[in-house]
Amino acid sequence: MAEGPHLAVVGAGPAGLAAALAAAARGVRVTLVDSAAEAGGQFYRQPAAALGARRPQALHHQWRTWERLRDGLTAHVARGRITHLSDHHVWFVEGQSDGFTVHALRGPEQEQSVAVRADAVLLATGGYEKVLPFPGWTLPGVVTAGGAQAMLKGGLVLPGRTAVVAGTGPLLMPVAVGLAAAGAGVAALVESAGARDFAGHARTLAAHPAKLAEGARYAAELARHRVRIKAHHTVVAAHGSNRVEAVTVAALDGDGRVWPGTERRIACDTLAVGHGMLPHTDLAEALGCRLDGPGVAVDDEQRTDVPGVWAAGETTGIGGAVLSLAEGRIAGLSIAARLNSRTPEAGSYEAAVKARTGLREFFAVLDTVYAPPAHWTEQVADDTVVCRCEEVPASAIREAAGELGAGDVRTVKLLTRAGMGWCQGRMCGPAVAGLAGCEFQPSRRPFARPVPLGVLAGTDFDRHHTDSTDSTDSTEEGSS
Amino acid sequence: MSDKEPGPELELALLSGRLWGELAGEPGIAAAVEYDLKGGLVVASSAEGLVALEGLADGQRAVGVEAVAVGAGQLHDIEPKLAKGLAGGVLYPQDAQVMPTLAAAHVVRLARAAGASLRTGCAVTEVLRTGAGAVRGVRTSEGEIHAPAVVNAAGTWGGELAALAGTSLPVLPRRGFVLVTEPLPPRTVRHKVYAADYVADVASDSAALQTSPVVEGTAAGPVLIGASRERVGFDRSFSLPVARALAAGATRLFPFLEGVRAMRGYLGFRPYMPDHLPAIGPDARVPGLFHACGHEGAGIGLATGTGHLIAQVLTGKTSDPDLDLDLDLSPFRPDRFPEEGL
Repeated sequence: MAEGPHLAVVGAGPAGLAAALAAAARGVRVTLVDSAAEAGGQFYRQPAAALGARRPQALHHQWRTWERLRDGLTAHVARGRITHLSDHHVWFVEGQSDGFTVHALRGPEQEQSVAVRADAVLLATGGYEKVLPFPGWTLPGVVTAGGAQAMLKGGLVLPGRTAVVAGTGPLLMPVAVGLAAAGAGVAALVESAGARDFAGHARTLAAHPAKLAEGARYAAELARHRVRIKAHHTVVAAHGSNRVEAVTVAALDGDGRVWPGTERRIACDTLAVGHGMLPHTDLAEALGCRLDGPGVAVDDEQRTDVPGVWAAGETTGIGGAVLSLAEGRIAGLSIAARLNSRTPEAGSYEAAVKARTGLREFFAVLDTVYAPPAHWTEQVADDTVVCRCEEVPASAIREAAGELGAGDVRTVKLLTRAGMGWCQGRMCGPAVAGLAGCEFQPSRRPFARPVPLGVLAGTDFDRHHTDSTDSTDSTEEGSS
Repeated sequence: MSDKEPGPELELALLSGRLWGELAGEPGIAAAVEYDLKGGLVVASSAEGLVALEGLADGQRAVGVEAVAVGAGQLHDIEPKLAKGLAGGVLYPQDAQVMPTLAAAHVVRLARAAGASLRTGCAVTEVLRTGAGAVRGVRTSEGEIHAPAVVNAAGTWGGELAALAGTSLPVLPRRGFVLVTEPLPPRTVRHKVYAADYVADVASDSAALQTSPVVEGTAAGPVLIGASRERVGFDRSFSLPVARALAAGATRLFPFLEGVRAMRGYLGFRPYMPDHLPAIGPDARVPGLFHACGHEGAGIGLATGTGHLIAQVLTGKTSDPDLDLDLDLSPFRPDRFPEEGL
């Protein structure tokens, strides 16, 4: 085993990879813990090798950046500087007086836990999709925009033959292009933001020509595939008996309300819908890290307010792969310096800091431009299921906030069970807050994923109880 | 009922249990608040533990608690998934369960229907008093509310409200964690089941961490696993060692839980009083101030009796000076603690 300080990186997407490579190159032993079978995260999601995809890069841009990250990881793993624990699902990061222990369930069964001891932790857990409900959104054939993209990138499976892509956010265009390129008919791209929303931000947007060019490329691709773009429109309902057969879309008025009389029915067998992204903050919150809005608060070096814990990428705020790479690199350099009791050299990551500043500014603008319709809750019928895990309809949430007097999301949850099920409110949290008229706050989830009580108790899941109640999950140091 | 030794708190529990039963008898309420007269089952793992448990049960029976001895051979007839090899237990059929948030919301709804008003997000910043020292209302973040009587039902924060009224009440936070499992089929765990050492933990004065397993199912399916007690102030950080101890205790009672997943956990702060009795009734030091707090972990169970007695005292003040209360309040006197005892 190599000597030197040990870093645990949670998440092998762009931020986690960039940090792991930067730190490992400077003598830090790194254990990279990730839930997927292959490194890359959602952005560089890889098709399973068995599928024998010939040109996976057709679905990706920045393929050369990925090749550089992948080759760097392979080299460091070969030299024993990075241990890559794939298919490991982190359920808790424990802060201790002399460091940290990362607890992860080994997949896919997730019945046994391993413990990784480390001197420092980088949280690069990324983000997850926000989806707001509408009548029919639980029909088979309605998928999240990111889910459709994951199916395309991971399995190369075409989710359906005629798709509508709807919601809001920069993810919709690449998803529509990906579907069209893979051979699906994309009947429409329905985006609730309109040209007017962009007008006030022309200067910030113009400062990012590469980003604008990227958008223009997608727009050209959509035009080439004859995809109708319906800006300032929203999906009012999805229809079908056993699966989605059509959607009704409508124009929005200046206040963000559905414009009566503009409803149009579009036949489709797939609806890919998304309303933006939210940061994954469960592990950070259980460690006691401060949040800043929906994301983990970090300083210039990507340090959280808990000593020894860094955060980078979309767990600190939604901003895409390029920003994640910059933040990851800064974090990795900071960690390498700090673990050796040095201050990072100012010049060592100047370019990354410059990129970070500009991209954060750009995505702050996108965040205000791409917003769901202001009055989206008006389209949600009383019998629309809002919390799918616990099957809680909108009427129950409205009753809790009305007759029963709940004034905050937590009380609504306790009264209705919305958000108490398997996904722990990741799917319905923003919807419940909107319907109850409360401010959305990420709920605290001490376990980042469900953990067997036998694992918690320190006994093996499948064996009968013994007298030992000590922590007995096996220890995997960052060795090679 | 089952976790209380004979004394004033057990009498309050008997009164409260009866009142919960009456409330649950109102149309629609039992289902709305998930009222379930499921019974409590206390189990002992050793012969000595069983002797102590039966001694406690004898005392409880003497004051009117139903307590049925259950031999080792019958334990699995009434609670099929219990661990093997337990020495025996006592079944308490009067132990009931409600879903606390729903119960509170529906009691508030009934109170509003009867003319009460509820102001949420409204913090009391001062207790207003006359020149002679009597209470005349409260100042809040949204203006003053004038009334000749103020009831301190601030739970763990009851001491702070007492201080605003110029007096003292030694309420301290006693932290507890609960683990919540994935939903299980109905009646997988039929009773509120706990180990006999729980009673000793509840009665303990120690500030250090204590855990003793308490396992109960819920109407919605998840099983709740307690109970930990520690006095660490208002520290809200999640403790993995406590979660591990809870899981270990619960899987000892119910080995099948080893393969069941904990979905989430939550923590709360029980209002701990040095003598383990709540403060209920008028505060002789501040005329017009009444206390109804400091119930530690039993606040929901004892809420009906507490509210009933406070109402009796309050209405008695104006209509019936020769008031005959349903329970002697002297053991719960709020001014029973020495002033320096904080």
